[in-house]
Amino acid sequence: MVPLSYYLALSGILFACGVTGFLIKRNIITIFMSIELMLNGVNLSFVAFAAQWGTLKGQIFVFFVMVVAAAEAAVGLAIIIAVYRTRETLNVDRVNLLKL
Amino acid sequence: MTPKLHLWLIPVLPLIGAAINGLFGRRFSRQTVAAVALAFCGAAFVLALWAAALFSSLPVPHLESLATWIRAGSFQVDFAFYLDQLSLVMLLVVTGVGFLIHIYSVGYMWQEGGFYRFFSYLNLFMFFMLTLVLANNYLMMFIGWEGVGLASYLLIGFWFTKDSAASAGKKAFIVNRVGDFGFLIALLLLIKHFGSLNFEQVFQSASKMPAEAAEAGLLTAIGLLLMLGAAGKSAQIPLYVWLPDAMEGPTPVSALIHAATMVTAGVYMVARSHVIFDRAPMALMGVAIIGTLTSLFAATIGVAQTDIKKVLAYSTISQLGYMFMACGVAAYSAGIFHLMTHAFFKGLLFLAAGSVIHAIGGEQDMRRMGGLKEHIPWTFWTMTMATFAIAGFPPFAGFVSKDAILWRAYSSPYGSSVYWAIGVFTALLTSFYMFRLWFLTFFGEYRGERSGDHGGAHAQPAADAPPEHGHGGIHESPKVMLVPLVILAVLSVAGGWVGSARFEKFLSPVFHAGAPASNAEQAAAGETRAREHKEEGASEALLTGVSIGAAALGLYLAWLLYYRRPQLPRQIADALGGFYYAVANKYHVDELYAILFVKPLLDGSTRILWQSIDQDVIDATLDNSADGARHLSDSLRHMQSGNLRSYAGWIAFGAAAVIAYMIWMGTR
Repeated sequence: MVPLSYYLALSGILFACGVTGFLIKRNIITIFMSIELMLNGVNLSFVAFAAQWGTLKGQIFVFFVMVVAAAEAAVGLAIIIAVYRTRETLNVDRVNLLKL
Repeated sequence: MTPKLHLWLIPVLPLIGAAINGLFGRRFSRQTVAAVALAFCGAAFVLALWAAALFSSLPVPHLESLATWIRAGSFQVDFAFYLDQLSLVMLLVVTGVGFLIHIYSVGYMWQEGGFYRFFSYLNLFMFFMLTLVLANNYLMMFIGWEGVGLASYLLIGFWFTKDSAASAGKKAFIVNRVGDFGFLIALLLLIKHFGSLNFEQVFQSASKMPAEAAEAGLLTAIGLLLMLGAAGKSAQIPLYVWLPDAMEGPTPVSALIHAATMVTAGVYMVARSHVIFDRAPMALMGVAIIGTLTSLFAATIGVAQTDIKKVLAYSTISQLGYMFMACGVAAYSAGIFHLMTHAFFKGLLFLAAGSVIHAIGGEQDMRRMGGLKEHIPWTFWTMTMATFAIAGFPPFAGFVSKDAILWRAYSSPYGSSVYWAIGVFTALLTSFYMFRLWFLTFFGEYRGERSGDHGGAHAQPAADAPPEHGHGGIHESPKVMLVPLVILAVLSVAGGWVGSARFEKFLSPVFHAGAPASNAEQAAAGETRAREHKEEGASEALLTGVSIGAAALGLYLAWLLYYRRPQLPRQIADALGGFYYAVANKYHVDELYAILFVKPLLDGSTRILWQSIDQDVIDATLDNSADGARHLSDSLRHMQSGNLRSYAGWIAFGAAAVIAYMIWMGTR
């Protein structure tokens, strides 16, 4: 059986990749994907702990996260399309004003 | 049964007058203002006369307590009034001369703006002066002391739009402050060692102490500090510089405050504290030396002055020096006697000088006077009386009192022939400069402009002619000014006839009450010495003869130089060269003080207190902390960039920091 620390390390790496991508990328879609990466990094640690302790709480929590992530993806992509339509760019540095 | 004198009314009446005129006087007519001021001042005078009339039936000292003012443990100060022979004399002089000068002022100030203000101040002065004189403890005396200083400041700066008057007022106040500092410390010493400021208690405790003949002790310290206070108020070396400048005030003010009453407060205070001074021979000697030097010093300056009021100012300083000399040789009653006669003749001299200035439209320079004898005969004759009185010719009042001082300076156990010699020389100078003033003003040719537009471009805005006189030429003053002159002239002649011996006897219950045992012996020795002198060859008569001779010599010299051969003074001045200019410029004392005290103080305040401490420390602390906060927030501001990713970065950084901390805590 793969030890828990491996999962946790992978989870940390995934999360750190997400954070890094979030910080350094300028394209909104990439940033969006980085957020998904972070969420999944967290999900991985949830399921790893659940399997380790033999409980279902972690597994159920992951479902909740997935639901929220799906909803977020739907709303977020809609916003991204709206932004692209109005500003014709997806560079976040140019989308720093609330009004046009 | 003791009759109730209601002494408190005497000072309070002028205060009411001051309040009425000060608060409502602006709306009153001049007649009303004058009536109010005269009524309240006159009422005080009447009350003082009444007290004098009842005086012989009073158990002396007479004490009237009004209320407790301060009570702290065993220390207590009352609002209480104290009447004995000494305060009675002062009371009569202050109210009497004060009332006469009030009357005179009505005429003198009639044309002036701020008429009500003037009389309000004048009444206020009377209130404080009477408080000073009637106080039964040092603290109330101090209130009066400070109050007359305030009134003096207000009145010197009466024409406050004139720069010189305003700064003369400030100078008087500040120089007096130096003396008051000494007075205040003396009071604190009294509280510390006697636990009281009450005259009777202090003097009772002090009279049990032995005289500090050999080494200086507590009483000497108190005495010297009181002397410093008295030197400030009474314009003695080194604090006399304010009095000549005080002549910027209206002339009645110079007469009342800076000749007759306020400046004698120092002499009164020394005489009042005689129990302390009797036991502190060194302090007494200090008083005598200061008095003697001042009298000589001021008299020499007076010789070279050309402003009529400045001559009188230096003469006042010189005469005050005489009073100090008398007090310094423990001849307090002689000092007070001279104080009284001086109040008459110097008050008269100032008022007459005011009348002269008034007559020729505000001119004060004696070089532009002359030949006024025929034009203003009343002024001339009254001033002549005063001049002869101050010069010390018998039988005028000044002769009697000055002679008493000179005799005492010689014969007293504290006296010496040096004091006497300087005193006689000063008497010669006094006679000379007074007759110089007299000849320059009243004799010879008129040297001023004879035009009718006088009063227009002159330095002093005082003394325009009253309306009924019009503006034409030299004119005698109105009756309201002449009556006080005549009364004072009579007093200047007859004021001394009471005789110094009888005056001394009258005051002796005050001054001999607390004489120390050793001093009594000394006094007895002095008496013996005096008697020996008398037996040896009528020494007193001889000394009197010398002082009359000095006065006559002064008259002769003045006649020679300023009447007979008026071109001589110029030649003498040229021959003396630098010395003459030093004297004419008052020995450059003002400049010296400016270099020694004013400039260091000003520079110290500017450079150290203002620029170093205030700006570099206090202000800099605030400015720098504000700057620091601004710079810190300026750098912190960059965190709030509005850039989404930098926020996220901070969050990630914070989260990492928290996790690192938790791991570190967990593994410990």
